[in-house]
Amino acid sequence: MPEFGDIWVYLAAAPLLWLTLTLFAYLGGVWLNRKLNGNPLVHPVLVAMLLLISLLLLTGTSYDTYFEGAQFIHFLLGPATVALAIPLYDNLRQVRELLWPLLLACVTGVTVAVGSAVGMAWLLGARGETLLSLAPKSVTTPIAMGIAEQIGGLPSLAAGIVLVTGAVGAVAAGPLFRLAGIHDQRAQGFALGIAAHGFGTAHALTIGLRAGAFAGLGLGLAGLLTAFALPLVVSLFPG
Amino acid sequence: MLQGLALIFLCQLAGETLVRLLGVPVPGPVAGMVILLLGLVLAGGPGESLRRAGTGLLGYLTLFFVPAGVGLVTHGPRLAADWLPILVAIVVSTLATMLLVGWLVGRRAPAESGPEAGPEAGRGA
Repeated sequence: MPEFGDIWVYLAAAPLLWLTLTLFAYLGGVWLNRKLNGNPLVHPVLVAMLLLISLLLLTGTSYDTYFEGAQFIHFLLGPATVALAIPLYDNLRQVRELLWPLLLACVTGVTVAVGSAVGMAWLLGARGETLLSLAPKSVTTPIAMGIAEQIGGLPSLAAGIVLVTGAVGAVAAGPLFRLAGIHDQRAQGFALGIAAHGFGTAHALTIGLRAGAFAGLGLGLAGLLTAFALPLVVSLFPG
Repeated sequence: MLQGLALIFLCQLAGETLVRLLGVPVPGPVAGMVILLLGLVLAGGPGESLRRAGTGLLGYLTLFFVPAGVGLVTHGPRLAADWLPILVAIVVSTLATMLLVGWLVGRRAPAESGPEAGPEAGRGA
């Protein structure tokens, strides 16, 4: 009989273990979320993150080892982003009707998202790399990581911040839209896509396909605008 | 479904190639989304296979964020020092942005018209 320790050494090094655990952590999150009647604070992704981070810390596993397995799931973010073209195509006529209000809202939204995040964190004493990693927080993970790297932030910290932003957006969307009287699916979706990227888009898809399409549009426009404008703006503030 | 998936991958590949050729700071998948959208406009809509592959992927969108999120584990010391400004900045900025954008679009949007687009309308993600 081999020792459990030996088996663990083998399994811990193979991608299958962490790939499987990521799926089960997520399924556990979905199950818990259902048990608690869909309480948005118990978002499946947050539950999965918490479970997996605890597991990594308890077993002393490095993030690199974890990612060897989890990269297969991470990879699918790309194709899923491409697939957003489908709901977007389905709602193209609606987009054309609202083109100018959407563009105006996008520019305003991106400015507020970046400005308020950096300003707020600065007021509370954050400096340097933390600020630069917060700046791209509202855009989709791959764009945010690229921007953070370009402007001198920390890409992996930016990715984590982006994810928490997405979760906060998804959790707050329902009550916020209700309180503010924003009932239009197009407005809800676009706001989620601008403020909370793909995560917000996933939440918008649960509201309806039209909200999802507008969220995909918001995600794309905000990502493009931030990717082009933020490095320019940061270069105006040396040091 | 496989055809659709292959087409989606092809668009991403084209997007990745294009942004590197042009040297623009846009991620390949976003360029791929634009390419697929142009293709759909030219072709007059997605086929059955593409629609199934696309809705399948989008249904699990949140799962795909988990591995990147777990990456926070590598920033323990910085988070211990800066968690409050980071968290407050995220919450305030996200709520403000969502409220403003929702209001800006909502007040200009004419009453919603037409049936919910797509054959799987209302399906939860």
